[in-house]
Amino acid sequence: MKEGRPRSFYVLSIFFAAYVLFLYGPMIAIYVLSFQGPQGGLTFPMNGVSTYWLTKLFQGTGIVDLGAAFRRSLLLGVIVMAVTVVLSVAAGMAFRRKFKAQSILFYSAIASLIVPSIITSLGISLEFRIIDDLIKAHWNENFETSMGLLTSGLGAHLTWTLPFGLLIMFAIFNRFDPRLEEAARDLGATPWQAFRHVVLPIILPSVIGIGLFGFTLSWDELARSSQAIGAVNTLPLDLQGLTTTVTNPDIYALGTIISAVSFAVITLALGTIHMLNKRQAAKGSDAGKGLV
Amino acid sequence: MDTSEDILQQASPGLIPGSGTARAAKPTRLSPSFISWLQAGPMMLVFLAFFLIPLVFVVIVSFWDYNEYQLLPAFSGRGYTDTFEGCIAQLPDLCTIAKTYLKTLKLCFLVWAITLFIGFWVAYFLAFHVKSKTWQTGLSLLCTIPFWTSNVIRMIAWIPLLGRNGLVNSGLMKTGLISQPVEWLLFSEFSVVLALVHLFTFFMVVPIFNSMIRIDKSLIEAAYDAGATGFQTLVNVIIPLAKPGIVIGSIFVITIVMGDFITIGVMGGQQIAAAGKIIETRVNALQFPAAAANAVILLVITFLIITMMSRIVDIKKEL
Repeated sequence: MKEGRPRSFYVLSIFFAAYVLFLYGPMIAIYVLSFQGPQGGLTFPMNGVSTYWLTKLFQGTGIVDLGAAFRRSLLLGVIVMAVTVVLSVAAGMAFRRKFKAQSILFYSAIASLIVPSIITSLGISLEFRIIDDLIKAHWNENFETSMGLLTSGLGAHLTWTLPFGLLIMFAIFNRFDPRLEEAARDLGATPWQAFRHVVLPIILPSVIGIGLFGFTLSWDELARSSQAIGAVNTLPLDLQGLTTTVTNPDIYALGTIISAVSFAVITLALGTIHMLNKRQAAKGSDAGKGLV
Repeated sequence: MDTSEDILQQASPGLIPGSGTARAAKPTRLSPSFISWLQAGPMMLVFLAFFLIPLVFVVIVSFWDYNEYQLLPAFSGRGYTDTFEGCIAQLPDLCTIAKTYLKTLKLCFLVWAITLFIGFWVAYFLAFHVKSKTWQTGLSLLCTIPFWTSNVIRMIAWIPLLGRNGLVNSGLMKTGLISQPVEWLLFSEFSVVLALVHLFTFFMVVPIFNSMIRIDKSLIEAAYDAGATGFQTLVNVIIPLAKPGIVIGSIFVITIVMGDFITIGVMGGQQIAAAGKIIETRVNALQFPAAAANAVILLVITFLIITMMSRIVDIKKEL
């Protein structure tokens, strides 16, 4: 091979840098624009610098009841995250052995991932409408609806987050050394002890990754929420509603706040993963390093 | 291991100290298959309740009747006949539904081609040109982070750039290339394709990168040693081996664009018709059977595309 970098390296470096700029450039533009002065408009150049639009949102004098939607989205996101982590880790463990419904579950997850969101969302809304009609017809005439944030909404979000969780578990166990667990069992650990003290600490960084996917995908979810969330709106739905009537930087300010939460969660998760990896490297096994 | 312990236990009960008492204390051992059910069951239930049964309802309701207010649970093909209205009568002109699907397929093809090109080279750069593991992780993360942020925000982020008084227009005006602001930059098919590429190239990068990272580097050196040019190596070694990733990425992108109604709505200024948008419009008009019929049609077309593509590669083997 030739010395130094080939010319293609430089061409592709520029291509990659352009792609990253394409990814982040527009986002950064609206973060900057949300810090405009009270006279600010929708485009550059900026009209003064202030936190006017951001504080306006928090005062509740703005376009949406930010507080309520914010709390709803946060609540749903945290629940989706917790359920996604628990169910994905459990199902991932199951896939390490052969079991009967294995391929049914696998194909359900893949199908749930790629069937267009609008269809899943419509299906859930039809399901709940029919349940409502049945309840009204047979049990309680005054029944309102069983659709809601934590029923149909939660279910809709899980059909989106669980496939990601399961695929991450596959990736984890593809490079997991089962001998570690066998060693624990040979030393007398119960299956639960082997999981709790051997398997879980090893896979923990990736499990946090599943949680990160669970929360952020729910926090920003729109297509599946659209028909299945019931009467109330989540934050992204409010934001989407605003796009048809944009006239001032309100919408950018809201976008900045939603993104700030995303970035806080991403930083927290990645920081924790980094810390855990470091600790594993420092205190982990010295196997294969020869006699010390 | 359990089994060997069981055999030993039978052969000489006193050999494993303590195991006898352990058994006595825990008389009910769960069978492995029961444990599997316990572990995988909850996820299966979620898919059953919120994905599989809803899909069945979509199919059932698509054959129901409806009036202006409600669903009428009686068999009717109205959802479908309404959808295909005029398709035969208007021949040789195309009816609305056919035009809409053609437009959706066109968008789909454009977005697929562009995301494939960008995704392939980004993955190629990460897999073959970035040698240090730390840099590889860091740069992959850089590509992933936007995926964890809101899609709508990433759409509206184009407004200050592409709008009539946006950065692009004012830049072009300053350089004197145009004298009037260009109108087709925003709320047009152009901005829809741009936003879809912006949002979903990620789905191309990840699977292609995964395929490429598994390619044995010695194969590439062998090709080089055998006198292959860089281009020949690319076409005859790398692309065939990256094919599974390319197919999986393509399935993701195509299914997302086929069913999209949000990006097309927001970036098209709610003016562009598409397969997903028909469903949304019907739901908003409370015509659920018609919405369901459109969902079934979309599902069938999506399924056909995926079947054609998965002929090329066994998805299960690649994960």
